[in-house]
Amino acid sequence: MSPTARSNGAAKAAAKSRAKPKLAIFGAASCGGCDVAIVNIHEHILEVAAAFDIVLWPTIMDGKYADIEAMADGEITVTLVNGSMRTDETVHLARLLRRKSKFMVAFGSCASEGCIPGLANLSSRKEIIDTAFSTVSTDNPDGIRPIWEYQAPEGVLHLPEFEPMLRTLDQVVDVDYTIPGCPPESKQIWAALQAVVAALNGTGPLPPKGSILGAGESTVCDECARKRDVKKIDRFVRIQQVAQFDPEICLLEQGLPCNGPATRDGCGALCPAVGAPCIGCYGAAEGVVDYGARLISAYASIVEATKPEEIDRVLDGIVDPAGQFYRFSLAGSLLRSSRAAWNSDGEK
Amino acid sequence: MSAQAPVAPALAQGAASAATFEPVIIGFTCNWCSYRAADLAGTARTKYPPNVRLIRLMCSGRLDPTFVLKAYAEGADAVLVTGCHPGECHYIEQNYKALRRFQLLQRTIEALGIEPARLQLVWASAAEGVRLASEIARVTEEVRALGPLNWPAGNIVDIDSVNLDAAWEATGGDAGGPPAMPDGVDPEHEAEVAQ
Repeated sequence: MSPTARSNGAAKAAAKSRAKPKLAIFGAASCGGCDVAIVNIHEHILEVAAAFDIVLWPTIMDGKYADIEAMADGEITVTLVNGSMRTDETVHLARLLRRKSKFMVAFGSCASEGCIPGLANLSSRKEIIDTAFSTVSTDNPDGIRPIWEYQAPEGVLHLPEFEPMLRTLDQVVDVDYTIPGCPPESKQIWAALQAVVAALNGTGPLPPKGSILGAGESTVCDECARKRDVKKIDRFVRIQQVAQFDPEICLLEQGLPCNGPATRDGCGALCPAVGAPCIGCYGAAEGVVDYGARLISAYASIVEATKPEEIDRVLDGIVDPAGQFYRFSLAGSLLRSSRAAWNSDGEK
Repeated sequence: MSAQAPVAPALAQGAASAATFEPVIIGFTCNWCSYRAADLAGTARTKYPPNVRLIRLMCSGRLDPTFVLKAYAEGADAVLVTGCHPGECHYIEQNYKALRRFQLLQRTIEALGIEPARLQLVWASAAEGVRLASEIARVTEEVRALGPLNWPAGNIVDIDSVNLDAAWEATGGDAGGPPAMPDGVDPEHEAEVAQ
């Protein structure tokens, strides 16, 4: 090697060490709320831009998938993926980003447990598409249905294919960290990003793989200021059935199905503070394998009834058990979906 | 949690054929009554179907609903919960919790498309070996009549290996497959909408 080449190499290495770590923020099947929550860290976003070279963030800035494809494996330091895996395109991009990234973060409820879009797993693919394209109220005189391939004069066009089931990010690729929430609270996002920056600068510990960032290790009940006394209820009510709930006492004790007992803390118990029940957007609390199962267990424990027919009368107050227990976590649950959705995979 | 690694082997692999279908039933028993009832059935040489795999808990109130869902996800065709008769719980009232969890779980699995009969509750005291055996036989026949559950969650390594074209046809909606031709109108769907 000539001296010039050596010095060139050294210069390049020096430049590389000075180069900012790369950050990608990708939205799969998502509503955009996660992106809003990130921007909602206000002026700190400038610190994020100062600390990272943002290579991809489709909602905010221009970035080309081709540039990502051209990168070396592991070249992106951190990728935050929000949204769930709904089409083969999102799956493809999640895999691509996984290859190119050192750390893959499931950002928000969709990526980590399926969230509201995951409730589509209660229906088969045909039922979903029928609902969108072929109901009485749908204005679709030509009976157009989605197609994934189209023979244009110039060649075959491919459209993202709607997969039989919605999947979470960790059901598709290896995930290093999870930031829960729908969307994650902005202060938690900032705390998590600071932790990442500190770890990259060597001034803080790198969280162990699989860590939940930006959230607590307990339940929403622990953060909730409402008074808990004797948990015994003889009826479940819906929020619209009661004019005024007691502002001090636990909502669950007042018969309002509140998901606090199974939900991870970190949000600050915002909903119960204003009289709305926790709906579980921060996902399963530490150590909970199946969110719905934990909640079923909790609710069943506090119902004050011992005869099957009495119990049934109380349980009739929970009008939609699957929606109540798996509003955010169906796709990431043990069963993942209803039987109808599994059957739409064509194998069974 | 990664679904890329196989989660667990199916318990009832190859149980597809109806004629030879032997249901796999996970049975949870209480240390103080139903487990002893099963034991008594054994000592008395009372036969019950080997389809049930009994797991002893200290109390039916120990039954975490997670156990039930995990059993389905990993290949069980049904789950049988057993415990002390109401009012006779060794821990005073925990079997009432089991009863309420059972009723709430049954509603939940029904919403997910699992027949409620795939979750059954039987009370059996330590003296009721014969009755427990006959109940196990009854549940086994009921589940046999329902057929295999075959919940794929525990078996699936990567559902990308699924043939999507076949999947589409299996939905029954689009004979001829997804790639409907140039104008984007599939005649079958027109007919469907016309109805």
